[in-house]
Amino acid sequence: MTKELKNLDDVTIRFAGDSGDGMQLTGMQFTSTTALLGNDLSTLPDYPAEIRAPAGTLFGVSGFQIHFGSTEINTPGDICDVLVAMNPAALKVNLRSLSDGGIIIANRDGFNDKNLKLAGYASNPLDDESLSKYHLHSVDITKLTQNALSDMGLSNKLVDRCKNFFALGMMYWMYTRPLEPTIKWFQEKFAKNPELIDANTRVLKAGYAFGETTEIFAARYEVKPASLKPGRYRSITGNEAAAWGLIAGSVKSGLDLFLGTYPITPASDILHELSKHKNFRVKTFQAEDEIAGITSSIGASYGGAIGVTTTSGPGMALKSEAMGLAVILEVPLVIVNVQRGGPSTGLPTKTEQADLSQAIFGRNGESPIPVVAATTPADCFFGAFEAMRIAIKYMTPVIFLSDGYLANGAEPWLIPPVSSLPDIAPKFATDPNEFFPYSRDEKTLARPWAIPGIPGLEHRIGGLEKEHITGNVSYDPENHEFMVRMRQAKVDRIADDIPPAEVDGDPNGDVLVVGWGGTYGAIRSAVEAKRREGKSVSHLQIKYLNPLQKNLGAILANYRHVLVPELNLGQLSRILRSEYLIPTIQLNKIQGLPFKSSEIEEKIDEILSREYAHELS
Amino acid sequence: MNLVEDALKAIAEQPPVKYSAKDFQSDQDVRWCPGCGDYSILAQVQRVMPELGIPRHKMVFVSGIGCSSRFPYYMNTYGFHSIHGRAPAIATGVKIARPDLMVWVATGDGDGLSIGGNHLIHACRRNIDLNILLFNNQIYGLTKGQYSPTSEFGKVTKSTPYGSVDHPFNPLLVSLGAEASFVARTLDRDPKHMQFVIKRAAEHRGTSFVEIYQNCNVFNDGAFFTYTEKESKDDHVVFIEHGKPMVFGKNKDKGLKLDGFTPKVVSLTDGTASVNDLIVHNEKDTMLSFILARMSSLPELPRPVGVVYAVDRPRYEVEVSNQILSAIQKKGEGNLEKLLNHGETWTIQ
Repeated sequence: MTKELKNLDDVTIRFAGDSGDGMQLTGMQFTSTTALLGNDLSTLPDYPAEIRAPAGTLFGVSGFQIHFGSTEINTPGDICDVLVAMNPAALKVNLRSLSDGGIIIANRDGFNDKNLKLAGYASNPLDDESLSKYHLHSVDITKLTQNALSDMGLSNKLVDRCKNFFALGMMYWMYTRPLEPTIKWFQEKFAKNPELIDANTRVLKAGYAFGETTEIFAARYEVKPASLKPGRYRSITGNEAAAWGLIAGSVKSGLDLFLGTYPITPASDILHELSKHKNFRVKTFQAEDEIAGITSSIGASYGGAIGVTTTSGPGMALKSEAMGLAVILEVPLVIVNVQRGGPSTGLPTKTEQADLSQAIFGRNGESPIPVVAATTPADCFFGAFEAMRIAIKYMTPVIFLSDGYLANGAEPWLIPPVSSLPDIAPKFATDPNEFFPYSRDEKTLARPWAIPGIPGLEHRIGGLEKEHITGNVSYDPENHEFMVRMRQAKVDRIADDIPPAEVDGDPNGDVLVVGWGGTYGAIRSAVEAKRREGKSVSHLQIKYLNPLQKNLGAILANYRHVLVPELNLGQLSRILRSEYLIPTIQLNKIQGLPFKSSEIEEKIDEILSREYAHELS
Repeated sequence: MNLVEDALKAIAEQPPVKYSAKDFQSDQDVRWCPGCGDYSILAQVQRVMPELGIPRHKMVFVSGIGCSSRFPYYMNTYGFHSIHGRAPAIATGVKIARPDLMVWVATGDGDGLSIGGNHLIHACRRNIDLNILLFNNQIYGLTKGQYSPTSEFGKVTKSTPYGSVDHPFNPLLVSLGAEASFVARTLDRDPKHMQFVIKRAAEHRGTSFVEIYQNCNVFNDGAFFTYTEKESKDDHVVFIEHGKPMVFGKNKDKGLKLDGFTPKVVSLTDGTASVNDLIVHNEKDTMLSFILARMSSLPELPRPVGVVYAVDRPRYEVEVSNQILSAIQKKGEGNLEKLLNHGETWTIQ
């Protein structure tokens, strides 16, 4: 039977199952293969904090969403076209993300009485009429997997663990993707266990063949490559990109990279990635706690390495005192916060942007720290690199803000030539004549970096207030005020050394949507959509949160309304109001999930459709 | 390429400098209370330093917060007065980044065993090459007289007017329990012994932990006088030395004998025991180290002073450096271009 081949601009697929069903792996394989085909894409892994929550439960559902297309893709997709549900709980939790008329591929074998009961279904939704508004394909994935492996003599447990690749095979068929990249991955991943290579390959092919032969799928789809900028691409997650950005900073500065850190979701993958690259002289130190993570890094920076610590919100709280130490010492240090839902332990595996105030203000005393944020997964490379550049040049700790969505999300990345990255030139003190630890560079106000081991530079530094120039302990009132202002002035001067803010759209108009960090994609999609409708809407995404870019105030003044969407209760909004005395309109979402672009579009429509009373609260 | 290595190589190898104690005195005024035991510790450290044959610019003293933690200001070496309790963690970072430096930690019973207890034990277990001097005065001095984690049960202080109901830590046991490879105790009022112990600590490769009984003459005067003063010292302290029997007493007339796992005091003059019956100290004996450390809990026994335990085992910073060297040997020096382009990539024309 010949099946119809339809062309699509973009598709959003969500794989969902038990947290032990391998949905993340399945999604990542689909992502790599799709990237290799040249589609633009964006992904959203969505998994529970529990590693293996009880099977079949609603809270144990793990999902992975990918949005790919032949057009520019900025978000993981507001709504799914396809839902692959391995059990009733996965169906129940994710059905609300599926479009009307969307495709459901359900593993019929997973819809047994026990699982239906656990998910709270009174009757089997695959058999009643409750899913009639969708295209339901009910497939015996488990049985078909068993059939494919029947002659291998594998344990039931092992066989069961292959079934996600049957689903992946089906999706490869449905969206005309090649199997080879995944088979190659099996060969690498299971190199020591040829039986698993064979089993997983068979199941993947069986899934593909099933799509080809079964009568239930009438059509398959093609998504042509996107017209991306020419060049060499790879798929990259935010955490990988951050790790590589740090390595790049180490290479470009000629400084050894020292990572002192403590495992925490969703930042741990940066530690994992960096610990692989010892041939770059990267030293990773898994400390006894968050505090030792940052203090060991401060020690390493004092010794002449570039110290980095990685964490998430609760860890930031624990590191605060040590950040203050780095501020008063004036040593270079990069602090990476991969934000997650808070407060306290909050939502460890979900995304949020609620640590902005903490980053800028969250320390005792006047303790200014530059803050840089990344806008997309791949942008984490540049964000981490830029944080390191500023830290070394200005002898200061710098906070780099990522978030759970960027960290785990992936996108195609146009690999930059190494020569395009600026050199970073640390300034070590070497001359004992006229050496003063707190003398300053006239331009940057940075103090000299005097590392132990140089004869004649023996000196003492510490957390007590120090005298201007000599660095001796000083309790003098005027000196304290002078030093507080000096440290602030140094951070303020960084504004002269960063690129100006740029608007996507018009230099003035009705609405400027101002975001920061990881909301870039959703805002960009929304603004593009409105502009296509002829609306006067523009977009500005802030990467430099402290200091702010010098032209920002002038830009904001050119629009009738400034809309600030944030995944918090308005932390950037508050800063813009106090900094520029302008009214801002807030759009806040605190659900542990990124914005859908439709949510931003609706807010823009609301602003434009009626005379909007400025929210001042 | 490594800038730091280049910078260090650029310094011509200096001829060995003949230092005196004075060369290790900084230009800062010492601000401890007159009569404080810290003065003696500073003096002994400054006396030992010239004997180590290590240039002073290769030395770093790291401290936390407290009276003891002012120590780095007074040493004419590199110094780092950090935040409360974190000195072992900061020193760990210094030593991993710069294995060529000799790194010291000056800490106290509050700084090292209370707020910084976690860092102290983990430094010990990693066996990173730090020399940790813990000034134990059994009191919080800089905050003006609250009980500390080594204060005795029932201690009456500003924060415990009815007596402390906390059971104290035994620093030797803490460090041994944390797998320290060098554990010693010495006394602020015994300069020669302290010099000996500090030198041993400096020469030991791996974490050296030294508890120093230190008198706080303002808030806890005489806490250790039983063990440090002439009249009582001989009968209440046993100076332990590797390979030697444990003899003590004014006239060397008493000894320690093991009865099961418990040391007992025996007389060497009444014919009940001879030197041959006594425990012979062995610094490498793990079991014995715990018995010795435990003796502080039994008031009828003398306090052991000296090197309790000293063994060699792998050092953290050395293992880290070895892994890096072997990775470079295997894969070659890291190449950023290769890293960014490795694995699956695709080209768009």
